[in-house]
Amino acid sequence: MRHFLKRALADIRSNKILNLITIITISLSILVVSVFLLFFENAGRVIESWNQGGRAMIYLKEEFNVDMLAQLKTKINSLGDIDKMAYISKTKALDTLKKNTAFQTTFLKTLKDNPLPDALEIKIKSYKNFKTVQTLAQNIKAIDIVDDIEYGQSWLGKFLKIFNLFKITGYSMCGFFFLMALFITANTVRLAFYSRRLEVEIMRLVGATETFIKAPFYIEGIMQGFFGGVLGLGALLITYLMVSSEITQSLASYVHFDIRFLSVKIIMFIIFSSTFLGWFGCYLSLKQIFK
Amino acid sequence: MIRLFNVSKRFGGKLALKNISLDIEQGEFIFISGPSGAGKSTLLKILYLAENIFEGQVLIDGMNLSRISSSKLPVLRRRFGIVFQDFKLIPSRTAYENIALVLEAAGQKPGFIKKKVMQVLRSTGMEKKANALPLTLSGGEQQRVAVARAVVGDPSIILADEPTGSLDSASARAILDFLTEYHKKGVTILIASHDLHLMKNTIQGRIIEINDGRIIQKDILP
Repeated sequence: MRHFLKRALADIRSNKILNLITIITISLSILVVSVFLLFFENAGRVIESWNQGGRAMIYLKEEFNVDMLAQLKTKINSLGDIDKMAYISKTKALDTLKKNTAFQTTFLKTLKDNPLPDALEIKIKSYKNFKTVQTLAQNIKAIDIVDDIEYGQSWLGKFLKIFNLFKITGYSMCGFFFLMALFITANTVRLAFYSRRLEVEIMRLVGATETFIKAPFYIEGIMQGFFGGVLGLGALLITYLMVSSEITQSLASYVHFDIRFLSVKIIMFIIFSSTFLGWFGCYLSLKQIFK
Repeated sequence: MIRLFNVSKRFGGKLALKNISLDIEQGEFIFISGPSGAGKSTLLKILYLAENIFEGQVLIDGMNLSRISSSKLPVLRRRFGIVFQDFKLIPSRTAYENIALVLEAAGQKPGFIKKKVMQVLRSTGMEKKANALPLTLSGGEQQRVAVARAVVGDPSIILADEPTGSLDSASARAILDFLTEYHKKGVTILIASHDLHLMKNTIQGRIIEINDGRIIQKDILP
């Protein structure tokens, strides 16, 4: 292993520019992918915090009574995609309202009748897919005893449309940059191989196995991928530290929300992916050369 | 040890070797002579499988080269020590590293490699040039490094293709003396060269003369 590492490092040293270009290309690709991942992670949290994880309120008509509850719950559950369901009686709703708006209790005390409707609070499983939420809401609303359903449809629809647009763009960009980095890595390995063709020929003649010949190239590819990933994430971190507080401040008037950097899990995933990219580029190149 | 049965080799439309049959026993010193383009190098290349066999069979210690798998090829090549006319040293590696490559490829331990490489560098008189890059060495010195590389893995067969072709007579003599020393240890040696005069004055063994891809004379004893 030490021998292969030594050889890979020697090759990197002798092809500094080529290796530097490859590492920078990988890091740029990783940077683009990471920017999208950062957006998705934070946008996901925005959806979750605004929608409280797919919460929706079903308001029931005045003729509703508790005897109908069991049948109604069964009916709603049969529509599927429901995670949790809780009944909130109009009395309980008024009590909660009184507690939450303590400064207006005098006004609330003057009320002769309870104006609030009975309601069911539900949690939707696949709430990130707006179409599913919308269809489910329409089906619930079609039930006779249901008066209305509220699930943040006005803003959620708009936000999810933008979110999904970004998602498609993100996936396309990620795919494009992945292929570009893969192509560059494969090409670097190919050039490194051709510059060492005599060496490889001599190795074969003195009895070196294919593994012995290929190993330094693989190590080189893996190192390019790893350092490209670290560099790309480093660039993202620096940009994040520079702009995140400003974005948080400008968003503060609309929503209480802080932009967080990528989670450790995602960072590990990115570094693993870029390392894999380096290895895969090398694999493709060597497969073609050695066939 | 080495058996060739009706071996032919074709390059495009031209037959470079025609029905070569030859038996070489363990510990023999064989000198393959003939003019340029006679097929001497091709014959050696077929033995270490740098060229495929077109027709016929080659057996080395009972191993049929036509049927050898690609995974067994490195093992076969480790039995050989090969000396090339153009030295084939890696320019970016020092003399020491060029020689050590054989043992590294065979998976030997670093301690053993160091001991063994220094030993062959000493025996070829190249100890002081261990850290020199090939291009800083003279032709004779480069060939001594190439010979050291050929013997460092303790091969049972040494194949030398025009080992003295580009050397002055003193360097050529030194290389042949070194190979003769190895022959005395029981190593089979095959040298391909057109320099019949030098060989006759140096080696004691069998001479096989090739011309136009055919063996025209065998068993000439000097």
